Amino acid sequence: MKNFMMLFHSEPDPNFNPTPDQIQEEVKAWQDWIGGIGAQGKLKNPGEALGFEGKTMHADGSVTDGPYAEIKEIVGGFIVVSADSIEEATQLAKGCPALSSGGKVEVRDIMIFDEL
Amino acid sequence: MDNKQLSVIFKSEYSNLIAVLSNYYRLTDLQLAEDIVSDTFLRAMKAWSHKGIPKFPKAWLRKVAQNLLNEHYRRKKIYEEKITPELSAGNQQIDVIEITDKIIEDSQLEMIFVLCDPQLNRESQLCIALRILCGFTIEEITKALLSNKETIHKKIYRAKKAIKERNRFETNLTSNQYVSRLDNVLRVIYLMFNEGYYSSVNEENIRHEICWEAMRLCIFLSEQKIFPKQKIYALIALMCFHASRLDARKSGEKGYLLYHEQDKRKWNKDLIQKGRKYLNLSAAGNVITKYHLEAAIAYWHTEETKGKWNNILQLYNKLLTIEYSPIIAMNRTYALAQANSIEEAIQEAHKLELKDNHHYFCLLAELYRMNNNIDKEIEYLNKAIEFANKENEKELIKSKFKKASR
Repeated sequence: MKNFMMLFHSEPDPNFNPTPDQIQEEVKAWQDWIGGIGAQGKLKNPGEALGFEGKTMHADGSVTDGPYAEIKEIVGGFIVVSADSIEEATQLAKGCPALSSGGKVEVRDIMIFDEL
Repeated sequence: MDNKQLSVIFKSEYSNLIAVLSNYYRLTDLQLAEDIVSDTFLRAMKAWSHKGIPKFPKAWLRKVAQNLLNEHYRRKKIYEEKITPELSAGNQQIDVIEITDKIIEDSQLEMIFVLCDPQLNRESQLCIALRILCGFTIEEITKALLSNKETIHKKIYRAKKAIKERNRFETNLTSNQYVSRLDNVLRVIYLMFNEGYYSSVNEENIRHEICWEAMRLCIFLSEQKIFPKQKIYALIALMCFHASRLDARKSGEKGYLLYHEQDKRKWNKDLIQKGRKYLNLSAAGNVITKYHLEAAIAYWHTEETKGKWNNILQLYNKLLTIEYSPIIAMNRTYALAQANSIEEAIQEAHKLELKDNHHYFCLLAELYRMNNNIDKEIEYLNKAIEFANKENEKELIKSKFKKASR
């Protein structure tokens, strides 16, 4: 088993003002989906959800507003899963709520460094 | 002589005797304590088979254990006086005491803390605590920790050896040590309760006395001022809710009933009330442990309000972020069927792939039953019976067959 990080990308929609019910539904969809991975014993770390506030520090020391440096997409959160292969890990992304709202799930392997 | 009564006495007195011998006499040799207790039981069997069980069997056992230990020291002393006279003088002075209930209560709890020594690894602590203090057999420990016999044997052997090599128990723990060992002590109590509740090995399915013993220890623990209380309260709440269903679960010869098959009128209302009280108390502060989540799930099972199943589902989802176990995964899938849809639950159930677990096949059968797919239900009941190993489990599955083919 190896560990993989799933990064959830989405394009923020400034005109979308969800009702409390919609927010609750969204939260439930995420919890159910993550619970499903947990039920398979493949959830390594439940990760964190990220908010919309952000600033970026550049190499020249300047600071810009917004969590995104160049692109419109932002990272909305991450979890860590364990799987035998990256293909299997990618299959776990099926049903992720990020996908149903037009977002993407990026699956990356986590490097292991031998103890120095 | 009533064998059942005998086994109840032995089971409950085993840990008491070990605890008192080890603690009061500052024994470092757990093997010796175990030998003495075994010897005591052997003598009891012999004596009682002639004369019947005495009026105060526990007092009888304590007296004999005490005598055997004193005799052991006397012999040891003579041996040492003859072989190594220079070492003999007055080293082994033993005060003869009466073993009372008061000493047992303190000794047993203190011993759990002593055995949950961080210098032993966590699993070894559990093994030795379950063996010595809860009187678990190797087989029961194996089941409780989902391990295999050989590993457990090795762990117990190593733990005993480590304790012996250190030459003495640290029996005078500082309050910091007590607090830092609390988590493992709670886990021991939790496993002890579970073993009593689910009883993995003994055919006699529910052994209430182990459950009550676990609850007693936990309540006693909550009365000690030095500990942070929330986790302890959460564990008590959890045990109260489960214990409230002990009677409702029993169904004559067929072993125990599943939650949705139980007669809810048989649930013990006092214990549910106590459970709620402790659950409220446990909510003070920001600590959320798996005991909190499990207690909250058990609480929702006593409710009949809208949103009940979604709450249960979310609690299981959260529990799975803290800890995975096949049982949590299966219960979560059942909650999914109730909260979301049966189809979704079936789809998720197939992802679990718990291929040699009869509960898993029972779950699949149940989901297909809910979905009115009788062929599939029977297919999975057949699989379930293949992997069930206890007679009463097989009986329970057979009764489902009958219902399905009706």
